[in-house]
Order: sequence, then C-alpha cells, then structure tokens
Amino acid sequence: MAIKKFAVACYDDEEVLFPAIKKVRRSGYKLHDVYTPFPVHGLDHALGLKETDLHIAGFIFGLCGTSTALGFISWIFTSDWPLNFGGKPHFSLPAWIPITFELTVLFAAVGMVLTFCYLNQIMPGVKKHVFHPRQTDDYFVVAIELTQHASEEEVVTFLKSTGAKETSVQVAEEGWWYGRWDKQEPYELLNA
Amino acid sequence: MHLKYESIVREPLVDGEKDYHQVTEDIISPIEMKPGRMWYVGFFFSVALLLFGVFSVAWAVYWGLGTWGVNKTIGWGWDITNFVWWVGIGHAGTLISAILLLFRQGWRTGVNRAAEAMTIFAVMCAGQFPIFHMGRVWDGFFVLPYPNSRGPLWPNFNSPLLWDVFAISTYFTVSLLFWYSGLVPDFATVRDRAKTKFRKMMYGLASFGWTGTAKNWQRQEALALVLAGLATPLVLSVHTIVSFDFATSVIPGWHTTIFPPYFVAGAIFSGFAMVNTLLVISRKILHLEDYITVGHLEAMNKVIVLTGSIVGVAYLTELFMAWYSGVLYEQAAFQWRILGPYWWSYWAMMTCNVVSPQLFWVKKLRRNIPFTFVMSIVVNIGMWFERFVIIVTSLYRDYIPGSWAYYSPQWPEVGFYLGTFGLFFTCYFLFSKYFPVIAVAEIKFILKTSGESYKKKMKHIEDMTEEEFVHVIETHHEDEEVPHHA
Repeated sequence: MAIKKFAVACYDDEEVLFPAIKKVRRSGYKLHDVYTPFPVHGLDHALGLKETDLHIAGFIFGLCGTSTALGFISWIFTSDWPLNFGGKPHFSLPAWIPITFELTVLFAAVGMVLTFCYLNQIMPGVKKHVFHPRQTDDYFVVAIELTQHASEEEVVTFLKSTGAKETSVQVAEEGWWYGRWDKQEPYELLNA
Repeated sequence: MHLKYESIVREPLVDGEKDYHQVTEDIISPIEMKPGRMWYVGFFFSVALLLFGVFSVAWAVYWGLGTWGVNKTIGWGWDITNFVWWVGIGHAGTLISAILLLFRQGWRTGVNRAAEAMTIFAVMCAGQFPIFHMGRVWDGFFVLPYPNSRGPLWPNFNSPLLWDVFAISTYFTVSLLFWYSGLVPDFATVRDRAKTKFRKMMYGLASFGWTGTAKNWQRQEALALVLAGLATPLVLSVHTIVSFDFATSVIPGWHTTIFPPYFVAGAIFSGFAMVNTLLVISRKILHLEDYITVGHLEAMNKVIVLTGSIVGVAYLTELFMAWYSGVLYEQAAFQWRILGPYWWSYWAMMTCNVVSPQLFWVKKLRRNIPFTFVMSIVVNIGMWFERFVIIVTSLYRDYIPGSWAYYSPQWPEVGFYLGTFGLFFTCYFLFSKYFPVIAVAEIKFILKTSGESYKKKMKHIEDMTEEEFVHVIETHHEDEEVPHHA
C-alpha cells in the first residue's frame, strides 16, 4: 500500500478502449489497472489476464457441504442416536439426499461469495481510490503508474494520442484502506 | 465497425436513443429524488398492514393457535396455504435471474433485479408461516441440529418437514447472495454520483468499495454464472421438497408422484404473475417504460400461458389417476373436491388457473398492459385457491366420517396473511426507493446489441447481399488492429 502518481485516461467507448489498451501494453508503460462501468467481454484477454479459478473454489466448498451433511447425518443416525423410523434401515441414504443437496449448494454459494470478496478485496467499510467519478457510469478508465522512467507530459501526450476523451495526472493510494466514502483523504488535497 | 449484433427482426430490449450515461440517469435518478405522494401513501399503508399482522400474530401466539380456526381434522388451513403460495411466488425471481441467464435470454436483464427482490421478500413472508405454525414458537430452535442437553436428541433428518427447513433457509441465503453480488457494482454507481454526504457514506458502505477493475468484473461474471448454475437446481429442489410435505404422507389427494413437477410449474406460474403485477406499476411510477417494455411483459405472459397449461394438464392427470387407480378413497377425495362443500374453491382454481391464462394465446391480449395486470391478479388468486384446495379439501373429510369437519379462518389467521402483504410491500417500497430497480451494469452490457438506436444502425447490414457482406467482413479484419469481442 503506497501513495503513487498516476496518469489517467478516460475513454467513452469500448471500441476506442481496445486499440488503446493494445498500444499501452506495447508502449511498455506500467499499466496499473483498467476500470469499466460494466463487464466488457474480451477485456481480460486484451489485458493478458488469466481465467479466474473462482469456480474451483466453489466446487471445493460444495464438496465440503456434501461431506458435512452425509458425515453428520450418518454419524447421528447410525452411531450417536439410532432411531427406528417404521422399521427402515438406520443408514437410509435416499432420505438424506435432499438435505445433502441443500448443504452442498449452501456451502458452495456462501464459500464462493466470501472467496470473491476476499480476492477482490471488497467489504463494507473498504475504500479505494476512484480515478474518475464516471468510471462506474460511462467512462472506461485506464491508469498508468508514473515511474522515474516515464515523464508526466510524455505519458499524457501518449494517452491523448490513443483517443482519450479526458486525461489527468493524479496522486492516489494504490491499494485499499478502511474509510468513509464521504470523507476526503489527506492525499486527495494534492490533486486539487 | 461493430459486427456483433442482434438481428433487427428481434424487438429491441431498450427503447429510445440512449447512451451509457442516459441509462445511468434513467435508472439511478429516482433514488436521488424525493419520492412522490403515491409512494408515501403506499408505503404507510403497507406499514399499517404489517403492524396489523404483527398484532394478529401476537394474538395467536398469546392465546394459542385455536384462535386461527384450524381444528383437529383440518390442522393445516390458511397458514400452510399461504406458506406454499408465497414460496411459489418467489420462484419466478430465481427462474428469471438464474435459469434465463443460463439460457442466455437477454430480456431478463430488464426485470431480473426487481424479480429477485420479489423472491427474497416472498421467501421472507413464506418463512413466517411454518415458524408461527409451531405454536410454541419460542421453542422454534428445536428444529436446528445443535448439541443439546436432551441427549443430544437430534431432529429427524428423514422428515420432509425438516428438509423444508434446510431448503427454505438455503434458498433464502443463496438468493440473497446472488442478488447482492449483482447489486454491489450498481451501488458503486450510485455512490460515485452521490451529491449528499449521507448518501455517499451509505452507498459507499453498501458498495463494499467496488471500483470495477477488469479483474473484478471477470470474477463477478464467473460468480454470477456459477451461482446461476447452483440456483437453478436449487429452485427446483425447493418446491419439490415443499411438495414432499404432502406427497410423502398417506392422505388421499396428497399421496401422488406428480406433485414435484406440478408444484414447480405452479410456482413459476404464480411467480411470473406477481412479477407482472409489480412491474406494470413500477415501470409506470419510476418512468422505466423504455427498459421494461411491452416486449418484456409479453415474454412473461408467454411463460404464464405455458406454465398455466402445464398446471392444467396436472389437474386433469390427478383426476385421471384417481379414477384409473381404482382406489375408493382417492376417488372420493376428488369427487368431494369438485362437488363437495368446498366446490367453489375448486372451480375458482380451475377458472383462474386453467381457463383464463389461455386468453394469452392471443397476441393482442399478451401485449395489452391493463389486461396483463388484471390477469396477473387473477392468476395469483387462482394459485392461492390451488393450495387451499390441495390442503383443506384433502383434509376435511377424514377416513372416519365421524371426524369430518368444515373450516373457516378466524380473524387472527386472516390478519397474519394480510400482515405478510404488509411485510412484502413495505420491503418492495423501500427497495424501489433506495435500490436500482433495474440492473444498470447489465443493461449497459446489452445496450449495443439490443438497444433500439443501435439496432437501427445495423439495418444496412440486413439489407446487404451475401457478397457485399463477405466483402465488408474481409476489409473489416484488415483494418482492425485488435480482435475484440471474441
């Protein structure tokens, strides 16, 4: 977590964004991140991001649910407190399927959502820097970290040449922190 | 040139000239404005109804369930009828948000947020009934499998009633998670537009700090897809298990294998009707006619005529099976349903559920908004009667003629039902004021393929000959630097 300087470009159409991203990646500047108001298909490939493994986590959580339900019920009904229900076997698997299924789904869903929040680092009370208030509205925002190898003017000129509608240079916290969204952070005064 | 498009033969899903910003404006601005007078009237009426429900329930809890009007023969009356009815209504929300997502139905985007809110509120209402039906509700936690000082004595995991506890609570949890994971990005949109400090703070909390990076969206889509895959069998299992409450018993009229599919179809049928009831009003009051179009309502009316017909076939199959089985008790149960003292409930069910939805074969009526609204209420009345018929008219004439009885609800039971309407609409009014009623990000996602103005721009492609079109594609690929929209 550190406060760094970024050059920011805002595009107003995903069809301008794609060629721009290709140019940014070719230019060798340090691409911080791309922010979009909705999921843009193909953007992950354009950025060279790997597929997410979230569904594997879901599968593992689901298996936990299945084994919890089956293990718990069979232990109770065969060893902890066997009860006679109309002379039926103590180990009556068909009757346990509904609860086993429900717990599989419950564990998979809850586990996946928690994993999702953890991976994305999101939680009530978490605050992150927003480069442009319209990045959740209609702007596609590309942020480039300014290192000592890239001068401010050079990067901004480059971003303008890629068809950016708006460009700016901002000081920003790159990670997340706990904070209230209605309060201004001290570093934000530097951008005023 | 953008070559991925949907044929103009298909009706646009978003009407009017709109860009991404306009979509945000249209959907978010009702949150930022003071609600109209109708909202306050509706909201306070709902709260009053809710308070009356609380009073009715408190009365029944204090004096005992005898105040409801149920008796030794008819132990399940309005209470369980209402439970099944509300759970059924909830199912349409999951069908729209999960099953139609797997089927890649673009039109779900306009209605899924409100439909799933409806699911959650309906399940909340449904859950009240079995809880208070316990009578000694303060011992309600006995249904949970926790290590207790009575042995530990565990609940009966072989009982459909306990399956119900697991099914309904899982269904509520998963629906809530699915709904909220879609809401997080939209809350971020409200947050970043917020002009007042309080709104910024509250939506900042609600949005979990979402900023919409490419990776976040990639995970969000993966999550939505898997949750949809989980919710689809889940929603089928929930009403299947509810039907097991009846089907695994040995009561004539209940003991039948047709119940699970029959209940699921009925659930979707009544749920779509409720979605129509809510959306016909919401689109008007919130000025969302461009997003919830007549085409959306028509699509839902088509589902209503399909599921209504399935339900009709199920009713007839039940009658056939009663006759064909040769079982005297089964035959008597159905004969008394049709001609016995509760004949009016059977015929109300038949008229509302089987006959009236057939009118939706007529396209003009499917696309007629006032007619859709009236039908949506008729269907829900019919589906309430279906549950009443199944429950009360299977119980009231017992095996022993000496215990035959008749049942009418008393005011605390009716008040309980009215109270759940209060709960449902209180929640829905709050939702329509403070939440984006339409999934903003999802609408933007389909805007360029299914928006009216974008579709018009594609008209010239449809008019091209095959050779011209091939030529366009070839030159298009030469110019293109980056292959996109894989």
